[in-house]
Amino acid sequence: MKLRRSMLFVPGDNAAMLSTSFIYKPDSIMFDLEDAVSPREKDSARLLVFQALQHPVYRDIETVVRINSLSTEFGRKDLEAAIRGGANVVRLPKTESPEAIRELDTHVTRIEIACGRPVGDTKLMAAIESASGVVNAVAIATASPRMIAIAMAGFDYLVDMHTRRSDDWQPELFYARAAVLHAARAAHIDAFDVVYGNVNDDEGFMREVKIAKQLGFNGKSLIHPKQVYLLHRAYAPTQDEVDHARRVIAAAEEALRNGLGVVSLDGKMIDPPVLKEAEMTLQLAEAA
Amino acid sequence: MKIVKEAIAGTLESSDLLVKVAPSDTREIVIKSEVFKQFGKQIARVVEETLDQLSVKAGSVVIEDKGALDCVIRARVQAATLRGSGSEDLDWRRLS
Repeated sequence: MKLRRSMLFVPGDNAAMLSTSFIYKPDSIMFDLEDAVSPREKDSARLLVFQALQHPVYRDIETVVRINSLSTEFGRKDLEAAIRGGANVVRLPKTESPEAIRELDTHVTRIEIACGRPVGDTKLMAAIESASGVVNAVAIATASPRMIAIAMAGFDYLVDMHTRRSDDWQPELFYARAAVLHAARAAHIDAFDVVYGNVNDDEGFMREVKIAKQLGFNGKSLIHPKQVYLLHRAYAPTQDEVDHARRVIAAAEEALRNGLGVVSLDGKMIDPPVLKEAEMTLQLAEAA
Repeated sequence: MKIVKEAIAGTLESSDLLVKVAPSDTREIVIKSEVFKQFGKQIARVVEETLDQLSVKAGSVVIEDKGALDCVIRARVQAATLRGSGSEDLDWRRLS
């Protein structure tokens, strides 16, 4: 299973960050051609991302490109750059309906055929940034077999909801987070929590990471490299959790060797969800 | 591709480069770089290759490099050339 705890935003027009962001070892790097790039630099940023995607340093890391909306003059050109450059994933911002994903899917297929990439090779993810997007989250998450994740985006959503972010347990985001997360889980894809914008407030960031982790998000979208380490540390299992996971897997393997259908550990039955959780724990521990 | 007007792309920030193009009867390339001694030939090779890919036969190309990777040099030369050509339509097959 691909780990997606951290998706680090890299402005598409920032040559220095495009050249170095891999060293922070996020699970995914997202080259941004949308909000981070001014309209007059879109053309240059698109070429920069197209070239960076082909650089060997990004061969071993999942690359994502956030394109501009397909309704803008930039969207389709961004898509050409992303797919021809070899991006693993295209992230569609401000997704409000499954039709938007299906339209994107059609264009992706067209470009894959044109440039010789296997059809279906490029994956998709949607950012949910409005009340309409939240309400349609299940339909969006299941709109294409290319979908691998949905991401909650807080800033635009809260404006749409006529409210603002609070510092505690964030009731204003609770429904949207829960809805997006349920949609992702129902579609068997991953879910990313919102960006935390104040890069100087590690305490606030960690408070938000705790909420996201407890709810069940795979991880968060990140806007500063230092947040990668903090997030990975927060998602790392404790030694007790790792020890228990190892014992669960050892018990399951022993039962398999002995031909036993029922597995138990310390008098408790180990069913498939427990085994799956143990495997995920070890995967997180290994990546921490 | 023909350079028909002056254009620039890139920045003078670290790890980037500024590329200025202008119309000219011949192809002239000037490279200024903080790492010219070590990488001057490599930078020139990347610039020449990129211009060849775009079939730029003539034009003045002035590079001010700040330690950019090859992929950044390629992208900025492409961007300046496309801006200088006034072309909106990209042939992506030429840009790899």
